[in-house]
Amino acid sequence: MSNTTLLSAKSLSRFYGSQHAVNNVSFEIHKGEVLGFLGPNGAGKSTTMKMLSGNLAPDRGEITINGYDLLSQPKQAKAQIGYLPEQPPLYKELTVKEFLMFCAQINQIPSAKITKAVNTAIERCGLNEVTKRLIGHLSKGYQQRVGIAQAIIHTPAVVILDEPTSGLDPIQIREIRHLIRDIAAEHSVILSTHILPEVQTLCDRVQIINHGKLIFSDTISSLSQQMQASSLILSLDNPPDIDRLQQLSGVTAIEAISSTRFRLHYQPDNNPTQDLLTYAVSEHWQLTELAPEQHSLEDVFMNIIQQESLTDVQAA
Amino acid sequence: MFTLARNELYRLFLSPLAWVILALSQLILAYLFLTHIDYFIQIQPKISAIPGAPGVTELIAMPLLSNTATILLLLAPLITMRLIAEDRRNDSLPLLLSAPLSIHQIVLGKYLGTVSFFIILLLLISLMPLSLALGSDLDFGLLAAGLLGLCLLVASFTAIGLYLSSLTKQPAIAAISTFSCLFLLWIIDWAGSTQMASESSGLFSWLSSLRHFEPLLQGEVNTSDIAYYLIIITAFLALTIRRLDSERLN
Repeated sequence: MSNTTLLSAKSLSRFYGSQHAVNNVSFEIHKGEVLGFLGPNGAGKSTTMKMLSGNLAPDRGEITINGYDLLSQPKQAKAQIGYLPEQPPLYKELTVKEFLMFCAQINQIPSAKITKAVNTAIERCGLNEVTKRLIGHLSKGYQQRVGIAQAIIHTPAVVILDEPTSGLDPIQIREIRHLIRDIAAEHSVILSTHILPEVQTLCDRVQIINHGKLIFSDTISSLSQQMQASSLILSLDNPPDIDRLQQLSGVTAIEAISSTRFRLHYQPDNNPTQDLLTYAVSEHWQLTELAPEQHSLEDVFMNIIQQESLTDVQAA
Repeated sequence: MFTLARNELYRLFLSPLAWVILALSQLILAYLFLTHIDYFIQIQPKISAIPGAPGVTELIAMPLLSNTATILLLLAPLITMRLIAEDRRNDSLPLLLSAPLSIHQIVLGKYLGTVSFFIILLLLISLMPLSLALGSDLDFGLLAAGLLGLCLLVASFTAIGLYLSSLTKQPAIAAISTFSCLFLLWIIDWAGSTQMASESSGLFSWLSSLRHFEPLLQGEVNTSDIAYYLIIITAFLALTIRRLDSERLN
């Protein structure tokens, strides 16, 4: 992947009355990247998305899309983005094909290329079977696909999807995720969601936003590193004294979950698993379970958010 | 812009509302047309002897156009209410806002689409008086002036309706407020006519849309009347653009 910056936002701020919906948020997205925007409800995700798509003017800050400033050259900049808001913006009385034709026209695709663009979008979003049906009669999943088709029809540099899988059933969610993966091959994608596994499966980079502030921004792999915990879960049918376990090299603390089940905390660079196995056999502890504990993305997420609110309290 | 206008018109014809309005207005006006003809046939023997007496155009076509204006007053809010309010309700406004279109293109597109619907309506209605040309001599100049008046009138109604529709999310509220506004503009010169010659009456009768329409029905095309409608149209379109722009800012 090349390293061209397609979209950059600098110190975006937006107030609703006295409330800070988005506060000094800056980020960039490079070519071919999927950026996940993560945060609890009401954190400012949708507001940020609306500002990026030009539906809402930021109170402060600037947005540059593929070299065009969104505020001073809105037309050129908007031609470079495709936007799917939380509620797909559809004309329910039109058929899928009519609607996409209209979208192609308002996105200023030259008329000679419109049919081709519409057909490509239909093809990519798997809408072949429903081209002649009214959008209002389609299921939520198909409507969502039409929404995505609308966003990619003019092959924009950046596709912005605001909670694309909300309100769908699990099968539809899988299909939409698959579709997003496909899109990511050709466009840069910004995706907002509050569903954590979605970020894990789809995104290259994650940003966590809470109370309008960007509190975490890194690649998905370094997020997974944070998820590596230094603890083991251990079940022994014939456990020795807790003191005996404590003596193993590297063990820092032991929690007894029940009389036969323990949580072992160890120094990150000194994993006691091998020792444990050896002693378990030689001293007949009757090992039944041994598993490295992994923090779920939820834990990391909660951790980051809690740390943030802690530092807020300390700062105040 | 024209794409938007075409789409607006097309979607209008996909809804039963447009067809019902076309059919019913045609029905009511056809009935009125026939009563006017009936009346004309009754009095024809009496006036045929008088030189310079009013002819078919004055006695049939012009009253019909005047009735059309009243009916448009009732119909215009029903058509304009859905313009922006419904987009807002269906959350389809972001589609237009995130497309590479400027706000004034969006507003003008919607406006032109709706005005063309009314022009289609007027063309259908004008077929009735035109059918009289088969059997008598029509004063085409007078008829054209009347139709021009109707076009201007309905164009100003649409501009007002578009603005009021941009203020709200509820089409019904847009319809009611548009109707009140249009009706007030229609009757505002009543105040003028009761308190004759007072200073405010001049302003009120200038504001009245009816006052500027009547001369056109009599075949008088005044620049001041045309200017009145153009001012109303531009003012309300500008207000709509401002309104949508400020929504983006706040």
